[in-house]
Amino acid sequence: MNFYDIIFYIFAAITLLSALFVVTTRNIVHSAFYLLFTFFGVAGIYVLLGADFIAISQILIYVGGILILLLFGVMLTNKITNVEIRTGTVHMLPAAIATGIFMGAVVVVMVWTEWKSEPSATPLTTTTNIGHLLLTDYVLIFELLGILLLVALIGAASIARRDKE
Amino acid sequence: MYQFLYDLIGNEILAGLLVAVVPLTIILVFALFGIWLERKVSAHMQDRLGPMRTGWHGWLQTVADLMKMLQKEDIIATDADKTLYNIAPVLVFTGSFAAYAVIPFSSKLLGSEVEIGLFYVIAISSLVVAGILMAGWSANNKYSLLGAMRAAAQIISYEIPTALIVLSMVMFTGTLSLDKISQMQTSSFWNWNIFGGAIFGLSKFLLIPFMIVGALIIFTSTLAEVNRVPFDIPEAESELVAGYFTEYCGMKWGMFMLAEYGNMFAVSAIISILFLGGYQSPIGYLGNSIGTQWLVPFEQGFWFIAKGLALVFVQMWLRWTLPRLRVDQLMTVCWKYLIPFAFINLIIIGIISLI
Repeated sequence: MNFYDIIFYIFAAITLLSALFVVTTRNIVHSAFYLLFTFFGVAGIYVLLGADFIAISQILIYVGGILILLLFGVMLTNKITNVEIRTGTVHMLPAAIATGIFMGAVVVVMVWTEWKSEPSATPLTTTTNIGHLLLTDYVLIFELLGILLLVALIGAASIARRDKE
Repeated sequence: MYQFLYDLIGNEILAGLLVAVVPLTIILVFALFGIWLERKVSAHMQDRLGPMRTGWHGWLQTVADLMKMLQKEDIIATDADKTLYNIAPVLVFTGSFAAYAVIPFSSKLLGSEVEIGLFYVIAISSLVVAGILMAGWSANNKYSLLGAMRAAAQIISYEIPTALIVLSMVMFTGTLSLDKISQMQTSSFWNWNIFGGAIFGLSKFLLIPFMIVGALIIFTSTLAEVNRVPFDIPEAESELVAGYFTEYCGMKWGMFMLAEYGNMFAVSAIISILFLGGYQSPIGYLGNSIGTQWLVPFEQGFWFIAKGLALVFVQMWLRWTLPRLRVDQLMTVCWKYLIPFAFINLIIIGIISLI
């Protein structure tokens, strides 16, 4: 087992264990904080795959943006510790079937895909290529996403200001 | 650095760990020295002497304080959330330490030569925000929670002008690598980015005023990101005791202190790389002129630390000069002044760079 395999298993263990804690813990703030380690583990796996730009974006967007927003939302709510996050009804059978189908699909895709494996290749720099592709081949999608985000921002601002009239 | 150690030792794990030890040592020594410096600077500004009794002009004072701190009993409040309470200081320190992974101290002493160093530094500092929120919430103290909320809101807001200025510098230099940005500003202080970069021409002179404005904006906003006066409302001692680390004591409190001083030097290092030439000497190298090439990396390390310390000194100077801003003034400064100016600066630097 080489050095990078060990690091991969460490990151995989961090991701899976913290994800498990996210869904099992009773305390909603704890869930949010365990999510931090999940995001971080996924970013580590991206780095091992040579996708450094995606890894940093993962940390910047999910840890720096979404998680902080989530924490603000959770912490500013009135009851934190005693909130009942369990639903009353538990449908074991449909849940098992849905999860089974999803897992099956993931395993089938995993087996059928032809994975590229170049173990000792040094990862190339990806940022320049991503930048070029975003402004040439995928420029329409890029612009549309920009407009979508702008609309969301304007919407949020107008909702927040409505009371003051 | 890593390659050299790897050739020397022949073990990837050991070489990687040894590379990581270098910035850790720098943070620890800097924190010891920085706390002493802050006490001396504040003392001399207030016409006092500051610590004088331990060592020459009290330079061992922080070491003595550290000895005391290590012996303190570790008290955890009964109602605190113990798991998160214990993780939070480590997380905050990790965030500030991790930024050092990509900072080039000299052309030979740099941890990782990743292409996206600048982007990485901005991203990894968000770990600090999560750690601060964790500390504030887990202590179960209203001052801590308020301090953490203020800290998070402030850091997130001031990340925007910082990122905009960083973006304009990325547009200007065409790279995200901190090492390459430093290399571009070589040979003389006239080639530093604050003086319009290394390419001589009309655009260089047009750029100078906008570069100076950019440097001022990024200095102000990073000052807010490391929660220093005049932007220290998260730990305003007259209102919130000590903000998000009110309930911490002993070495856990020490970790927050280390992280604060680590962050101070890290943001100074980033500003000096972006605008003040990084590790490049302003006047040329002694090693080159007397023919001893091995001296050059050491000189570069000296200049880098000198520039970093000079900016840290300005931060301390401001701390003991300016009064604290109110919350609304703080947000006004960020959203109504710094962000519009940073946007205009971004556009103008972009247009001039095209000339």
